Amino acid sequence: MSLIFLFLYIPIFILIIFSFNSSKSKSVWSGFTFDWYVKLFHNELIISSLVNTLILALISSVIATIIGTAAAIGIYSMKKAAKTVIMNITYLPILNPEIITGVSFMLLFAFINFDRGFSTLIIAHISFSIPYVILNLMPKLRQLDRYQYEAALDLGCNSYQAFVKVVLPEIFPGILSGFLMAFTYSIDDVVISLFTSGPEMQTLPITIYSMTRKQISPEINALSAIMFIVVFTLLVIMNIKDINDAKKRELKYISHGG
Amino acid sequence: MDSNLIIKLENIEVIYGTVKVLKGINLNIHDKEFITLLGPSGCGKTTTLRIIGGFTEPQTGNVYFDNKKINGVPPHLRQVNTIFQRYALFPHLNVYENVAFGLRLKKAKENEIRTKVFEMLELVNLSGFQPRDVNSLSGGQQQRVAIARALINHPRVLLLDEPLGALDLQLRKEMQVELKKIQQRLNITFVYVTHDQEEALTMSDTIVVMNNGEILQIGAPQDIYNEPANAFVAKFIGDSNIIDGIMHRDYFIEFGGNYFDCIDGGFKPMERVDVVIRPEDIIIEKPSEKNIIGTVETVTFKGVHYEMTVDSFGVKWIVHSTTALNPGEVTGMNVSPDNIHIMKKTGDENESYEIDEISRMINDEEVNINDI
Repeated sequence: MSLIFLFLYIPIFILIIFSFNSSKSKSVWSGFTFDWYVKLFHNELIISSLVNTLILALISSVIATIIGTAAAIGIYSMKKAAKTVIMNITYLPILNPEIITGVSFMLLFAFINFDRGFSTLIIAHISFSIPYVILNLMPKLRQLDRYQYEAALDLGCNSYQAFVKVVLPEIFPGILSGFLMAFTYSIDDVVISLFTSGPEMQTLPITIYSMTRKQISPEINALSAIMFIVVFTLLVIMNIKDINDAKKRELKYISHGG
Repeated sequence: MDSNLIIKLENIEVIYGTVKVLKGINLNIHDKEFITLLGPSGCGKTTTLRIIGGFTEPQTGNVYFDNKKINGVPPHLRQVNTIFQRYALFPHLNVYENVAFGLRLKKAKENEIRTKVFEMLELVNLSGFQPRDVNSLSGGQQQRVAIARALINHPRVLLLDEPLGALDLQLRKEMQVELKKIQQRLNITFVYVTHDQEEALTMSDTIVVMNNGEILQIGAPQDIYNEPANAFVAKFIGDSNIIDGIMHRDYFIEFGGNYFDCIDGGFKPMERVDVVIRPEDIIIEKPSEKNIIGTVETVTFKGVHYEMTVDSFGVKWIVHSTTALNPGEVTGMNVSPDNIHIMKKTGDENESYEIDEISRMINDEEVNINDI
């Protein structure tokens, strides 16, 4: 068990340790320093691409969440045969190798003569994020008690009010996790961004990637360490929330049994 | 036209795919009555209820409320409210907000909402439960919240779709009494759907027996029990012996290997008929040439009476009696003429095909089993 965890986490620990290494060496430990973290925040290229990445991730995941939610609700209300077909079509882009998706986007933008830049990046990121939103939302929709919607209509809601007041609060956790996934994948993406960004538009993963081709600067280690800690903290928070929810559910079963 | 009428269904047909779920239903519902739609699952009783509620639109036929046609009127504009199977409470709202839901939509004032919610919770015996999470309530309590939530809008008609189905027997009996009390206190119409004949007999002013998309009989509980219109109704309402008989002439019938006087007439001479005899109407006698002779097979103690099965030339009779016989004993059975119910034979040709078709559609998620 611990061996598996060791295998999973050793590379990251080494990276974090070397982000505090005072020399540029990747193998020799020569003393503790915060220098790389200071330098990182003065590196304009890195900071501007970080900002680009965050703006891109935010815009694309918000739009993908809206489109994906609408699509998921549409798929949910389809008949079984149509639903199966559409869900398979939804899976396909996820299984498709990223490089193919990237190349096909590049070809498409060239074909319609669309200059590559921030807008092409957003379009590409929205496109590959939508399936993740749909896949995160479908289980929540399946759990939905259809009679709750009808009860809302029965009590005086029109169909729009019933959706906002009853359905939306029920599926919101699914929408949120879909959004977070879209956001993460957008930040994470290198391959598709490489093919769809213009020359003056750099995202953080692309910047890191091109820096590693020259020489890995320990600033990158520092940045990666920060990103890891942020993701780790988010994960811990989500787990604590899950545990609390599970406790609530347990309580519910206990009182039902009694 | 009947001035006391509140809802009128006229020639209602509903078709899912190739199956006619309702085959031309005609039904009059009177103001302030407790009417029960009774039948096995898949008989169309819930569809009928959903048509009144506005959740299902009939392909043909008209729905009238207060003599006004309401086809196509959406649920939120109808003066009816519904208690759904499994209650359908809103899990993200507490008890107070669930009950207040209808009034909030009407933009009622906060102090009016408060007074009404407390009033409704008192009506269903849930005072003090306002801040509770609905998920933390027992099935019976959730049921009461659902009732309070539906009644706060002061509907003229309350529709109840198997509301007690998920409760255990003891609780179900308590709720039956309570629902009847609430109906009488508020003096409104209840349209109740159930497959439980005992529930229907206890609570209703009028029972509508349905099967296979058709109404078989409408009447007061006593009439339905004592004078079932056909073998299906007889079998569905309580235990019954349904035996083949031959009507020799008016008031004279042959069944079970013997001849009996009866009080029915109007059949063709020698017409084949169904004879329905309630188990409690069978009189145990010494075997003689005047009665039906059979061998006791099983004897079960049921509290008030013994339930026995008696084999008479291959026909199994159910007999309820306060005196117990022994298995293997030979006995005679007799019936008084007014307890012999005679019905024309009916056929059930298409039933199995339709059940197959409905289960296929349920599999394919084309319809929801609870909606039929």
